[in-house]
Amino acid sequence: MNNTNCFHCGNDIVKVDEIVFDERIFCCNGCKTVYEIFSLNDLTCYYDFENAPGATPQDIKGKYDFLENEDIVSKLLEFDEDSIRIVSLYIPHVHCSSCIWILENLHKLQNGITTSQVNFHSKKVRVTYNPIETNLKEIVLLLSSIGYEPYISLENYDAKKEAVDRSLYYKIGVAFFCFGNIMLLSFPEYFEVGEFWIEQYKGFFRWLIFALSLPAFFYSAWGYYVSAWKSIKSRMLNIDIPIALGIVVMFVRSTVDIAFNYGQGFFDSMCGLIFFMLLGKLFQQKTYNFLSFERDYKSYFPIAVTKIHSDGTEEAIQVYDVEKGDRLLIRNQELIPVDGILMSESTRIDYSFVTGEAEPIEKKSGDKIFAGGKQLGKVIEMEVLHSVSQSYLTQLWSNDVFQKKVDQKYKTITDSLSRYFTPALLILAFVSFGYWIFIDTSMAFNVFTAILIVACPCALALTAPFTLGNVLRIIGYKKLYLKNATVIEQLAKVDTIVFDKTGTITSNKKSAIEFFGTPISETELILVKNILRGSNHPLSRRLYEFLPQTGIKKVEHFEEITGKGISGTIDGKTVKVGSAEFVGKEKDNQIKQTSVHISIDNNYLGNYVFDNQYRKGLEKLFFNLSKTHDVKVLSGDNEGEREVLERLLPKTTELVFNQKPEQKLAFIENLQRQGKNVLMIGDGLNDAGALAQSNVGISITENVNVFSPACDGILDASQFPKISYFLNFSKNAMRTIMMSFGLSLLYNVVGLSFAITGNLSPIVAAIIMPLSTVTIISFVTVISNLFSKKD
Amino acid sequence: MSVIYLLISISIVVALVFLYIFIRAVKSGQFDDDYTPSVRILFDDELKKDQNKSEKQN
Repeated sequence: MNNTNCFHCGNDIVKVDEIVFDERIFCCNGCKTVYEIFSLNDLTCYYDFENAPGATPQDIKGKYDFLENEDIVSKLLEFDEDSIRIVSLYIPHVHCSSCIWILENLHKLQNGITTSQVNFHSKKVRVTYNPIETNLKEIVLLLSSIGYEPYISLENYDAKKEAVDRSLYYKIGVAFFCFGNIMLLSFPEYFEVGEFWIEQYKGFFRWLIFALSLPAFFYSAWGYYVSAWKSIKSRMLNIDIPIALGIVVMFVRSTVDIAFNYGQGFFDSMCGLIFFMLLGKLFQQKTYNFLSFERDYKSYFPIAVTKIHSDGTEEAIQVYDVEKGDRLLIRNQELIPVDGILMSESTRIDYSFVTGEAEPIEKKSGDKIFAGGKQLGKVIEMEVLHSVSQSYLTQLWSNDVFQKKVDQKYKTITDSLSRYFTPALLILAFVSFGYWIFIDTSMAFNVFTAILIVACPCALALTAPFTLGNVLRIIGYKKLYLKNATVIEQLAKVDTIVFDKTGTITSNKKSAIEFFGTPISETELILVKNILRGSNHPLSRRLYEFLPQTGIKKVEHFEEITGKGISGTIDGKTVKVGSAEFVGKEKDNQIKQTSVHISIDNNYLGNYVFDNQYRKGLEKLFFNLSKTHDVKVLSGDNEGEREVLERLLPKTTELVFNQKPEQKLAFIENLQRQGKNVLMIGDGLNDAGALAQSNVGISITENVNVFSPACDGILDASQFPKISYFLNFSKNAMRTIMMSFGLSLLYNVVGLSFAITGNLSPIVAAIIMPLSTVTIISFVTVISNLFSKKD
Repeated sequence: MSVIYLLISISIVVALVFLYIFIRAVKSGQFDDDYTPSVRILFDDELKKDQNKSEKQN
């Protein structure tokens, strides 16, 4: 056990707050309480699976009162009958086996819970309970008290209970069943040497194979016919046309073959083909179901708010029922659901969801407050100005960009290639047919079908899904999560990169404060902390929060001089905190960084330097990117940081300030009109429009699971310096695809030369087809893995 | 010689049984989450061991 970390949550312990209980140390009372709950109920096994797996429970008094409202509860329930209720709760903290264990043992902590089941990937727990013995609010409170607070948002409210689509699995199962059996049954004839015995049962084997191929042909491959038909109708030639054509021709030809006793047909190749292609589809489809890429404001908004009636009574009502003129009660850490006017004296609001700016903004009574902000501090009251659907944030969301269906926005590389492939194939087939018909009529039909069969671009169709699927997996492992494989193709084409400033190239972490000077003692620290308490200056607030918790002491002669600093007397000692001149130190012009100087009794101690909070590796990243791409920085803030940025970033970087969300969107649109492929990297909701508009929108987040606007990809903030690597890698991925396209075309040429000359026997088809498939798959896997190692 | 018909039909039936089991398994949601069950299966043992321990201590 590590001595300096909390036994429960693993956080560093500040000496002053350390709690020793049961021979174990905890960082705060909350963690201790969780431990107590577990040990009382004989559940300390929790700590066996993983070291320090817990989370500190948050203070949530009153937050879940809305769960007493039966209307709201019934919307959340998955199943509801007299004595059984089932609810699925999303719990972001689920991260290890201890979590699974404790969440599946909930019934030991609370009567009335019958079972609970965790789905690790989607971070959901499905709780079955008896509504007579317990209720949803109690369960949610229990979960919160052990550090697993569920995330209930407006999204849960009208989420349709979607049936899981498992048809691809069925199709693969059926195709494999057909493929396997037909393969075995076809074997005897491949090795036929005119044996009497095989000759005798030929008919039986062949018709059995025919029967077995029917489910694969009609059921498993059905999707390809539909897609081919659709693409013909919409006049967009995609890769599914030659595939469907190949399958159908193969089936008809084989049926004719066995019906007229010409040969055994290609049923095994056909089923194998269908099976492998479905497998490729599955590979491409298997993306990260625990991440949500389609977030809109609903996933941020609370499901219910507390309304204050004119007679002073409080009631939890649904967010959609909020009307203009209502008075709402907003607690600490709660999100403001609608635009309104602050009625309470003052508060601080954290708009980091909206703007990415981590610094809370001070609001006074009568100020307008906007939806999406997080309230920090005491309980406030507000008066509603707009209903949810009319608030600023929702309006931003109803911008046209979000209505666009992204599916058909781009043509994939395979589709654009097949535009040439399909006509070329058909021309080749007809030309050969025309040539052979003058020589031998039956041979002409043979050649015609053989060409369509062998040229069936299975390898071609498999290349992209397998390469991109593999690349998707590799970069997912490196913590860039892309929505789907087409994003990689887009990423490879990007020539312009636009960064949001706040929250994207700057970090939200508060820890970027460092002390320089003579080491400061604990008693001196107490003095500094106490003097800071009285100041409302942003830097004081940040430093105050950065310093460890201490006891409260009375400050005398407190004075705050605007633009200079604060001073005061504690225990007879004069403490000064502020600018260098103010504390009596000569100003040195060397460092331009923001810093706060400290002196006690006119004795200069040193200064706290506030890192300008740009992400690590920023300079190098921009330097690398600007060699190959156009790099731009968009910011919603004023020009205050221009000088710093200009010094930090390459000369070619364009800096644009004072951009409202709509302007950011227009900026991207404008670039696209100039024919640029734009990659937008942003974070807050104010970038949502720009992210949706850009060719590729990637959102940066410190917590991958909870907060990110709708986008094409989610990047873990720690991986920020790797952006240029990801861009390179996606380019190499496309290179891999092109290489294997070449390889599969080579196979096609070889196969076609057999087919055109009229030499395609089933055994040749049976060898060439699976061989090409297997080599293509292994080729792209090996090559893309090799490229991933390259920095 | 007709035993071949019998053998082949038996083998097809066996294969069909496997297909049926596979489809049942998919339908039951077995492939929806492929991580949790693999962890869950380890829990019982740990728990028993712990109970034994506490019994011994008592």
